[in-house]
Amino acid sequence: MDKNVMNWTLGVVLAACCVIALLAQTPQEPAPATQQPSEIQLVISGEPGTPPRYAVPDFVALSPDAADTAKTLGQVLWDDLNFEREFYMIPRDTYSTIPPARTADDVPFAAWRELGADAVVFGTVQKTDANNVRVQVRLYNVRTRQSVFAKEYTGAAANPRLYAHTISDEIHQQQRALRGVARTKIAFSSDRNRERIAGPVQNRDVKEVYIADYDGENVRRVTTNRQLNITPTWAPDARGIAYTSYRRGYPDIFVALIYQGLQETPTNGVAQNWLPMFSPDGTRICFTSNRDGNPELYVMNRDGSNLRRVTNNPAIDTSPTWSPNGTQIAFTSDRGGTPQIYVAGADGLNLRRITTNESYADRPTWAPAPFNEIAFAARTGPGYDIKVYDLAGGETRQITFGEGSNESPAYSPNGRHIAFTSTRGGRGVQIYTMGRDGKNVKQITRDGNNYTPSWSN
Amino acid sequence: MNRAITLVMLVVALAIGCAKKQPATAAGQPAPPATTSTQPSTPPPPPPRTAERVEEAVPVPSINEDNISNRSLEDLNRDSPFKPAFFALDSEDLDDAGRAVVAANADIMKKYPTWVVTIEGHCDERGTAEYNLALGERRAVAVKTYMVALGISPDRLRTVSYGKEFPFDMGHTETAWSKNRRAHFVITSK
Repeated sequence: MDKNVMNWTLGVVLAACCVIALLAQTPQEPAPATQQPSEIQLVISGEPGTPPRYAVPDFVALSPDAADTAKTLGQVLWDDLNFEREFYMIPRDTYSTIPPARTADDVPFAAWRELGADAVVFGTVQKTDANNVRVQVRLYNVRTRQSVFAKEYTGAAANPRLYAHTISDEIHQQQRALRGVARTKIAFSSDRNRERIAGPVQNRDVKEVYIADYDGENVRRVTTNRQLNITPTWAPDARGIAYTSYRRGYPDIFVALIYQGLQETPTNGVAQNWLPMFSPDGTRICFTSNRDGNPELYVMNRDGSNLRRVTNNPAIDTSPTWSPNGTQIAFTSDRGGTPQIYVAGADGLNLRRITTNESYADRPTWAPAPFNEIAFAARTGPGYDIKVYDLAGGETRQITFGEGSNESPAYSPNGRHIAFTSTRGGRGVQIYTMGRDGKNVKQITRDGNNYTPSWSN
Repeated sequence: MNRAITLVMLVVALAIGCAKKQPATAAGQPAPPATTSTQPSTPPPPPPRTAERVEEAVPVPSINEDNISNRSLEDLNRDSPFKPAFFALDSEDLDDAGRAVVAANADIMKKYPTWVVTIEGHCDERGTAEYNLALGERRAVAVKTYMVALGISPDRLRTVSYGKEFPFDMGHTETAWSKNRRAHFVITSK
């Protein structure tokens, strides 16, 4: 677990970047007399009972060729900080009356205070050579005019959004002790390349596995075999993706090591296997297989060894999800006549059904701690809606309400958001994110059809 | 000797020609749900039959038998002798119509004892993506089980589920869905 957190903290591309923490700057002007000059209150608060109000203007370009990057950094950081809804983000189109600061010394605190800002970001960006940038950022308490957060990052200029994502995660960590998701990624399956293969009767759309940043930007293709590649699921280290591929003509499980370009084949053609799901510690994979003649759940080590059968029932058992501590598995079974959600120990014992009022329920997804709940898709009419079962109280709440058909929920690693697919936009099947209360729905894919999201650590 | 063989081939060819005289829908399309044509109130007059006409028809070379055995797998599957079996919503059970289709397909398997087929299980979009992968598997296995009961060796029958990934009809109506809930036969070896 410690290792996972560490990997997450390091980030993927940032491994190549140099992160230097500057000393928290002492205020340029004398602090108000009520403040202890030697102590800096790091957490910026708002008016009593309201969230702090944040302003994020464009970064300042210290070299002319960094102007676009400066704008991108400000916009993306604003969006990232807005996503967790911990702060009230003052809209960027209201900043026009405020003179832009050129250096950290001339941040117009009075003007920001007039706008009602409790916190303001001042950032600079400079191209250090053709391919690299230096980004400096400070977060100021507008009232005390103190810098409570100051960092410098240097690295590749290719993806400026990553600097904004990193700053957002660090601000959420420092100001709210919250693990933000700005550097997380979403894996999904898509027909966006519009490649078709010859089918027996008509041509068929291929689907490939893709990844994108949590906001849908920076899309990268993972598989390239021009077959059906579906149900991707992240390894907890966010460096591997297990998925179902028909590249051999039948469904089997593959693990793509996305930063090495390597591939693991844990099931390796023994019967047909699909819908893999990593255990929270990444050492095991639960999956569906027909190896005993009927769709049942199995658990194996990541390398395919130590295979154990979890379910044993003539009905369908599929769509597994692990509890956060890896001791239980929730899954879909139609042993009662219709697909419903069940929970059992990872050994298959102590089975119990948790959906009792649904006509059809599938794709359970266990929330990470501290949220003790399971999201799933339930038939609510012609289509599906996302519902959440509270394991402590035994109650179910509905969080989408018939806007298109909504399927395949997947929690963010901090448990505060759910990615899902929906037909609500009228243009195929697309991936959206929303809060775990169903609010703040945001579309993150638009190209082709996109399915079965999985949210990385 | 040669004439006897030719004669046998012709008889076989004619028999197959008759058996294959299903309505010529587009390549491999499943037959449309029987829309009863109310047209023929008066049956068309039977063609005049004379001994002379039959003898004229005989010299047509055998086509159907040779066509089937000579055609590539791709061509065979695009104009397949096999018909898909259809299923009810959320169901993996073969109804009477489905069993009749599978029985006819089993007869074709008996006629071509070297053929190996893959039975594809498909679902419509009204089930969830994940569960449908298993439901399609169950549909394919249900068809395979019935084929085996009809005397086809399981070694000649493979199954694969595509869930709702490959709809036959992209529409969003019951007509489209009923065509998509299917077990599709693909000849994989002959």
